[in-house]
Amino acid sequence: MRNSIKLPFGSWSRLRGHNNEGILALVLFALVGTISYLNPVFFSFSTLFSTMRGSIVPLIFALGVLIVIISGGIDVSFAAIAIFSAYTTVKFLNDGAIDPGLLGITLIAVLFGLVLGFFNGLVISLFKLPTLIVTLGTQSLFKGILLAYIGSRYIANPPLSLDEVAKTNLVTIIGEDGRGAYLHVLVIPAIVLALLIAWMLKRTMFGRAVYAIGGDSEAARRAGFPVVRVQIFVYGLAGALAAIAGVMHVTLGRNANPQDLVGNELDVIAAVVLGGASVFGGRGSVLGTTLGVLIIQVINNSLILAGVPTAWQRAAVGILLIVGVGIQALSAKRKTHSRSTSSIASKVLED
Amino acid sequence: MTTNDLAPIIEVKNVVKSYGGVRALDDVSMTLRPGNVHCLAGENGCGKSTLIKIISGVEQPDSGEIFIQGKLQGRLTPLGAILAGIQVIYQDFSLFPNLTVAENITITSQVANRASFFSPKKSKIDAQKIVKELGLNLDMDAKVESLSVSSKQLTAICRALVNDAKVIVMDEPTTALTHTEVGYLFDVVKRLRERGVALVFVSHKLEEALQVSQDVTILRNGQHIISGLAKDFDRESLTMHITGRQVNESREITAPIMTVQPLLKVLNLTLGGAFEDVSFTVHRGEILGITGLLGSGRTEIAEALFGVSPARSGTIEVDGRPVSIRSIQDSQKVGIGYLPEDRLTQGLFQDKSVGDNLIAASLDNHRNKWGFLISNSVARTIQEMFTRLRIKAPSSLVPVRSLSGGNAQRVVLGKLLANHPRVLILNGPTVGVDVGSKEQILSLLRDEANNGMGIIVISDDSPELVAVCNRVLIVRQGKIVDELSGSNVSVSRIQDLTTA
Repeated sequence: MRNSIKLPFGSWSRLRGHNNEGILALVLFALVGTISYLNPVFFSFSTLFSTMRGSIVPLIFALGVLIVIISGGIDVSFAAIAIFSAYTTVKFLNDGAIDPGLLGITLIAVLFGLVLGFFNGLVISLFKLPTLIVTLGTQSLFKGILLAYIGSRYIANPPLSLDEVAKTNLVTIIGEDGRGAYLHVLVIPAIVLALLIAWMLKRTMFGRAVYAIGGDSEAARRAGFPVVRVQIFVYGLAGALAAIAGVMHVTLGRNANPQDLVGNELDVIAAVVLGGASVFGGRGSVLGTTLGVLIIQVINNSLILAGVPTAWQRAAVGILLIVGVGIQALSAKRKTHSRSTSSIASKVLED
Repeated sequence: MTTNDLAPIIEVKNVVKSYGGVRALDDVSMTLRPGNVHCLAGENGCGKSTLIKIISGVEQPDSGEIFIQGKLQGRLTPLGAILAGIQVIYQDFSLFPNLTVAENITITSQVANRASFFSPKKSKIDAQKIVKELGLNLDMDAKVESLSVSSKQLTAICRALVNDAKVIVMDEPTTALTHTEVGYLFDVVKRLRERGVALVFVSHKLEEALQVSQDVTILRNGQHIISGLAKDFDRESLTMHITGRQVNESREITAPIMTVQPLLKVLNLTLGGAFEDVSFTVHRGEILGITGLLGSGRTEIAEALFGVSPARSGTIEVDGRPVSIRSIQDSQKVGIGYLPEDRLTQGLFQDKSVGDNLIAASLDNHRNKWGFLISNSVARTIQEMFTRLRIKAPSSLVPVRSLSGGNAQRVVLGKLLANHPRVLILNGPTVGVDVGSKEQILSLLRDEANNGMGIIVISDDSPELVAVCNRVLIVRQGKIVDELSGSNVSVSRIQDLTTA
C-alpha cells in the first residue's frame, strides 16, 4: 500500500533532481518543440550547432559564477576580468610578435585572470565586504585600467594560431541544399571544464567547503574549514575561468575588442540562477547551470529568428532572471509550509 | 556509580580572560571526568560561553592553565581542540542546512583529517555506523533543513562522535525540545556516559540540569562561585548561587477586572491545517497562558490574532466590538501587540542607544502632518518607558550592547509597550533567559496586567505559566482541549495535559 503511493512520488522527485534539473530539461524540450512547430526552419543541425557554439563562452563564465554563487556571493566583474585578460594577452603577444598557440595564450590569460580574481577574493574576505559592491567596483576598476594603461584600440588580427582554431570544426554536416552545419571544436574544452567543475564540487573537500560556506559560513568556521582561504580561492577560480572564456571569445570572434563582454553579465547570472543556483548560497549544480545557459541561448536564437529586436531580448533575459528567482522563493515558501503542516500531521499520527 | 576517582579528561585551572577592560572570567577552574555530566550554570553574560570558547580553543586565556589528559596545553587552537577530542554542540547546532545528514555527520572529521577528496558513499557508511551505535533512526539522505529540531540535534551529536569525542559540550541543548524529546536526549546522554565521554551541560532549565548532571560549576559575573556534586544541590540553592539573591518563583496573580464585555473575545477561530474552533476570552488585567507541544498550533493561533497568517473563519471582538484582522496593520490598529519567539534575545539594534531602540517600533505615533518626527513627543515616550520599565542604565543614550541580558530584554518589551497595546501576546517570552532575568520579566508582566492590559503568554515552560497566569489553555492538534484555572494551574497538571 505504502509502496504504491510512494513509487510515483519517488520517480517524480528523481526526475526533478536536486535543483529542479529535470524540470529545466523539460522546459528546454518544450521550448525547442514549440519554436520548431512555429518555425520548422529552427529544427536543424545548423541551429543545434550554432546554439552550442553560442553557449561556449557563457557556459564557461557561468561555471565561475556558479561557484561564487554557491559560496554565498555574487560576481559581476567576470566579464571585465575576461576581456582584460584576453585583450592584454593578445596585445602583448602581438606587440612582441610571439605566438605560443591556443594553450599558451590561454595559460597566460589565466594568470591574469587568477591575479584579478584573487584581488576580488582578498578584498572580500579580508575586509568582509559585500560581494556585489566589491565586484561592481572592481569591474569598473579593471576595465578602467585596461582602457587607460593597456589599450583601447580594436585588434583585428589576433595571433594566427587563434585564427587556425577559429576555422576548425569538430563535425561538419552538409545538407541536401548545400548549406552546412558546423560544430565548433571549442565545445570540447567547454564540456571538459564543465565535467571538471562538476567533479570538483561533488567529490573534493574544496567543493564541499564551497557548499558548506554557502550554507552557513559561521558553522563552516566552527567546523574547521579555512573559510578565508576557500573564499579567496573561489574568486581566483572564477577569475581564471573568466580568462579562459575571454580567450575563447576572442578566438571565436577573431578579434580583440576592449569594449566587448562588459555589459552582458546579466545573461550569465540569469542562466545560473535559472539553473537552480540559490542566490542565498549553498545550492546549485553544473547540470542545472548548463541547462540554464542552453535555455537562454535557445530563447535568444529563436527571438532573432522571429525577428524580435535585440532590445526585447534583453527584456526577455530580465524576465527569465526574475522568474528564476521567483521559483526559488516560491519553492522555499512551500517547503516551510509543508514542513509545518507535516509536523502537525506527524503529531496526529503519533497519537 | 562513582567515577570521581577516574583521572580527569580536562582540567581548567585559574583561568582569567578579559575583553577590553571587562573581566569575562576571573580565576575560574573546572574539572571534567570521563562518564560524568558537568552542569555549567549561571546568568546570561556570566562567562559560561567564554569558558566554553577557551576549552574549544576559539579563545585564548590571558592566564591560567588547561590540562588535557594530564598534559599542559600551550596554545590551544580550534583544530587542536577537535583533534584532542573536544566537541561543542552549539545552541544553533552549527549544521549545514543544505547538506545531507550523512555529509553533516562526517564533514568535520574529514576537515580535521585534512582530506582532499570526498566520497558520498563512504561518508554514508561512516555516518550510518555511528547512528547505529547510538541506536538512533535518522534518514542519511535527508537534507538537514528538512529535519525537526530534535533530529538536527541528534545529527549534531552523531557528528561529535564521529570525531571520536572525549568531551562534548552541549550549549542549551533542551531549549527547543519538547518533553518527550528531552527524555530521548537524556537516554542518549546516558549512552554517551557509558562510552566514557565527559559532558558539559549548559542550561537555564535547572531541574533538567540537576536531573542529568553529576557535577556542578556555577559562575556569576565571571567569578567562580562554587563547584560540587550535583546531589548536594537543589533548585533553590542553585538559584541562590546563580543570582546571588533570593528569587521568588512562586505563583503570584491578581484577579482580573471583570467587565461585561471582555477585552478580547475570540469565537470559533479556524485556519485549516493549523487550528480549528478556537474560542477564549481575555479580561483587563488578566494573564492568559496558552501551552501545547511544538506544532500543536499554539504559535499559529497567536499569528492569526496578530494578522501574520489570518484565520479563515471565526470572530474576534475587542471591547465587545467585532474587528476584522487580515493584516498586521489591522491588529495594531485595534491595539494588539505581539512578541515573536526568540525576540527577547534577538530583536534589538545592539549598537543603537536604548532610546532609539525603545522608539523603533512606534515611530508612526510621533509624526507631524509633514511626516517629520516630533522630537518632544519622542523624548517623552523614551523617558516614560525608561522609568516605567525600570531599565538599569546610566541614561537612555548608552548603546543596548552595554546592558545586561535582563535589561536588554526590558528594552524589547518597552519597544512593544511604546505602541500602547491593549492586548499583548508574548510567544515564549523567557526562552533562553536566565533565572534572574526571567523573574524580572514575569514581574514586569504582572505590573502591566495590573495597569489593565490583557496579556497572553504562549510558553512550554510550565513553572513560568504557573507563576503568572490566571488561566491556562491547553492546545492539542490545533484544538483547545482543556482550560485550567485557580488552584488547578499546576506544573504537573499542565505537563500531563499537554502530552496526553
